[in-house]
Amino acid sequence: MSTTPPDDRRYSREHEWVRLEGSVAVIGITSFAADELGDIVYVELPEIGARLAQFASFGVVESVKAVSDLFAPVSGDVAEVNGDLRGSPELLNTDPFGGGWIAKVTLADQAEMDKLLDAAAYVELTAG
Amino acid sequence: MTDATAVLRHTPLHASHLALGARMVPYAGYEMPVQYSSIIDEHRTVRSAVGLFDLSHMGELHLSGPEALAFARYAVVSDPGLLEPGQAQYSMLCAADGGIIDDLIVYRVEDGYLIVCNAANHAAVLAQLESLSAHGDFDVHLADRSDETALIAPQGPRAAELLGRLTDVDLTTLGNYRSIQGRVAGTECLVARTGYTGEDGFELFCAARRAPRLWDALMSTGQDLGLQPCGLGSRDTLRLEAGMPLYGNELDRSVNPYEANLGRVVKLEKGEFVGRGALAAVQQTGPQRRLVGLVMRDEAIARHGYPVLVDGAEAGQVTSGTLSPTLGERIAMAYLPAADAALGGAVEVLVRERPHPAEQVKLPFYRRPKPDAA
Repeated sequence: MSTTPPDDRRYSREHEWVRLEGSVAVIGITSFAADELGDIVYVELPEIGARLAQFASFGVVESVKAVSDLFAPVSGDVAEVNGDLRGSPELLNTDPFGGGWIAKVTLADQAEMDKLLDAAAYVELTAG
Repeated sequence: MTDATAVLRHTPLHASHLALGARMVPYAGYEMPVQYSSIIDEHRTVRSAVGLFDLSHMGELHLSGPEALAFARYAVVSDPGLLEPGQAQYSMLCAADGGIIDDLIVYRVEDGYLIVCNAANHAAVLAQLESLSAHGDFDVHLADRSDETALIAPQGPRAAELLGRLTDVDLTTLGNYRSIQGRVAGTECLVARTGYTGEDGFELFCAARRAPRLWDALMSTGQDLGLQPCGLGSRDTLRLEAGMPLYGNELDRSVNPYEANLGRVVKLEKGEFVGRGALAAVQQTGPQRRLVGLVMRDEAIARHGYPVLVDGAEAGQVTSGTLSPTLGERIAMAYLPAADAALGGAVEVLVRERPHPAEQVKLPFYRRPKPDAA
């Protein structure tokens, strides 16, 4: 089920991605992470207005067997969350890079993107 | 964390699991398949068609000799003396204080009794049985046949149809908790109508070296019946829906059968057995805590270890929990003080430090549909 990580975004070592739409950062998890988790049955979304800190836990994703933390790839305030994930958490398995986006955050510090990997580096990380 | 220096054991079907692309995990000292495709898919296949499980990691201990029955009646809490030839019973090995060492199945077989125990408790069960037979001076022979025995379990409403194509054992006369020697796909097996899924199904005990051939025969014959190989992930969600306890979650050395809703298994009247005194006392006064079923009333999932609150105060703990693939509900089992256990009772489960509402419900969560009248 693994999809090639798209070039239009950057990646954290905890298998989250971030794609910029101007100053808004769309965040999600990679297909690698989703495959590792297995069937995802629940996503605990952050509150609108919550302040995320880069690399800190901001929510939880649950598979049948286990609970896993979500780590923010960038800092910022949550502007929007993907309500589709409430009724269809399995979107994280079927479309993690598209319809399975988790939250949109107003980017606090553009320079934080430099701490993330590009697609090629992320592919290398997960190949090992 | 994995201990990199510990060597995991393999079942006779290890190569088959790898060939099928199974995700393997350490379990009770073995490398076992947790899933092949998806836990939810495998779960649904068992409920609607037939799933195939490799349970070769479990322990098979054989009792024979002139006092095998007397020994078995002394060692376990149920009464193997009630077993007809070919019959089996669910049971437990308890310590003198009434705490459960393991839950297991006792099969009356042609030349004695077969005890099938959990892989994780194999050593403890063997040690207890060896100690009892030595100290009690029973004329019994105890043989650990685990390493030379494989266990393959087809489970689901089409399991009988699948097995029927491969065996001349008359399955119409093999009732629930009955077993018989026979050949399946040319392989000599103990064919038992037992399982841990809440569906009809079989557990096939055969010689370890014949297991790959038997597994392959079941896999290929079952294709048009929708058969899928199933791992430990779905095994756990299936048994939880069926309200069956898992040693390590609902059962452990600190739990007695009455707390776990298993009082009906204990036969105090059969005579002396290990733990009788302690268990009789619990039966008299009633257990201090009770295992209950819970359904979450919001979107949170309760998990093993989460605190359960009664009237806002921490009163118990969740033992197992998941999202039920069959029911679509968030189900769990938990221990509560006996006084707080009541069908319909409202409780809260602390999930990541926040309370979420739940309701006490009757177990099991799922019962398989009764077969249509002929």
